[in-house]
Amino acid sequence: MALSGPATLYVGLLVAAPLCILIAYSLWTQTYVSVDHTLTLANYREAFTDPLVRYLMIRSILIAGAVTLVTVALAYPIAYFIALRARRKTLWLLLITIPFWSSYLLRVFAWKLILGFNGVLNSALLGLGLIEEPLAFLLYNEFAVVLTLAHAWAPFAILPIYVSLQKIDTSLLEAATDMGDSAVQRFRRVTLPLTIPGIIAACLIIFIPTVGDYVTPSLVGGSDGKMIANLIQVQFGAANNWPLGATLSLLAMLSVGFVAIVFVLTASGLGRRIR
Amino acid sequence: MNRPSGLAIYAIAYLVFLYLPVLFLPLFSFNDGTIVAFPIKGWTLEWYRQLGGQTALINALVNSLIVGLLAAMLATSLGLFAARAYVRYQFKGKQASEGLVMLPLVIPGIIVASSMLVLFISIGIKPSLTAITLGHTFLALPFAVSILKSAFDDFDPSLEEAAYDLGSGVVETFRRVTLPIVAPGIVASFLVTFTVSFDEFVLAFFLSGNETTLPVYIWSQIRFPAKLPNTLALGSLLLLASVALLFIAEYFRRRSSKPSTGGTT
Repeated sequence: MALSGPATLYVGLLVAAPLCILIAYSLWTQTYVSVDHTLTLANYREAFTDPLVRYLMIRSILIAGAVTLVTVALAYPIAYFIALRARRKTLWLLLITIPFWSSYLLRVFAWKLILGFNGVLNSALLGLGLIEEPLAFLLYNEFAVVLTLAHAWAPFAILPIYVSLQKIDTSLLEAATDMGDSAVQRFRRVTLPLTIPGIIAACLIIFIPTVGDYVTPSLVGGSDGKMIANLIQVQFGAANNWPLGATLSLLAMLSVGFVAIVFVLTASGLGRRIR
Repeated sequence: MNRPSGLAIYAIAYLVFLYLPVLFLPLFSFNDGTIVAFPIKGWTLEWYRQLGGQTALINALVNSLIVGLLAAMLATSLGLFAARAYVRYQFKGKQASEGLVMLPLVIPGIIVASSMLVLFISIGIKPSLTAITLGHTFLALPFAVSILKSAFDDFDPSLEEAAYDLGSGVVETFRRVTLPIVAPGIVASFLVTFTVSFDEFVLAFFLSGNETTLPVYIWSQIRFPAKLPNTLALGSLLLLASVALLFIAEYFRRRSSKPSTGGTT
């Protein structure tokens, strides 16, 4: 239909065109100030042999995986509470989503202030007499990155799980109880399997963007918490090696896609087995 | 219903975890000291007062407003057509088109940013406010489409048919029937897409040339500990603005999905 044309075309063009140009760039090479347009796989060779690239790529995927696990595990009970227990659902949903509308940059910045050596948390603990000297392990490591990302992406995990819980026909739950299932059995055999699609959606919505997050590792990651996005930004910025940056972007996209597909297949297989 | 206690306590603890970190920004923006730590030395409005005199900040704010308004206008217009098509008509490739339009939500920010940069450079658009506006339109489109889709969902097509039967033309029907019913949805979409653009950082960071937007300005200030109190004051004002916009958007979104304004069934 013609009406959806402009929007589809706009997104389509802005997805397809940059992708083609990225591929082209990844086959070129940077020679000091100009780009050499001879086609070569040199950037890919460099990306695959450089231990730093492999290290950052694997770490980004592990950090994003940890964030996904923590966020979804913490979000499930909330989604369950709002969908099946809470009386004022809309109010709860609104309360959950408000923080998401505040600037992402500022939310990450807030964590930097909280976790700092002379920061909010350390000064509060010192003031209360709970610690003798400031805790140094709070900021500038993977822990800080996972904590900050888990906080920033919380609403995204709650909503898909909430929707899948909301869709459950309550007569199924009643039937399970009537057949003698305990609350735990009923949850494991009825509720959980029926919400697998919501859990998968929540995982993907969090995992995919967090692999490529730039702000959080830059602000709270320190040198131990850097991720692949930091390396990509350096190529487009200070290092001025766009061909390598394009190659890394493409490889990051492929890795994320690969992990996501493997995850979806495994998770839906598991879901079928529980049932 | 006799044992909501455990879950309810968890839910409240979760809300505290969600809100507390952000609330430290406004709290310390009134602190009469340059170090962000307890105890609070005293209360002051000095940091807010100083903001007014910073021209770089005012420029960044104006840039952000321009980019936000244009991106919101573009995304909402594109979204309006698309949402109507998705809700009202069946056509080939509808699912593919709907999926594609939602794609910007799930592409990692760094990949959108780097690929837009190479695209714009290749077609001759220098890093500028124009480039940021085009990029933000892309990022905001999924939000516009999903809000406007729900606005059209609650809209009974027979109202338009009635207008045609009573002799109204296409334009008149759109102006007198369609637009008034969908208007709250349009306002909600406009406010939400504006907020998306106004708060966006990574793309603007890659695509800004000499002119920066507010988040890029804040990024440049975060590095200077001496500027910290000012950054906190500015950040608190931004938080307030975002939340206010969201509440107004929510008000219009609710109005748009009230059955009394739309369906007759």
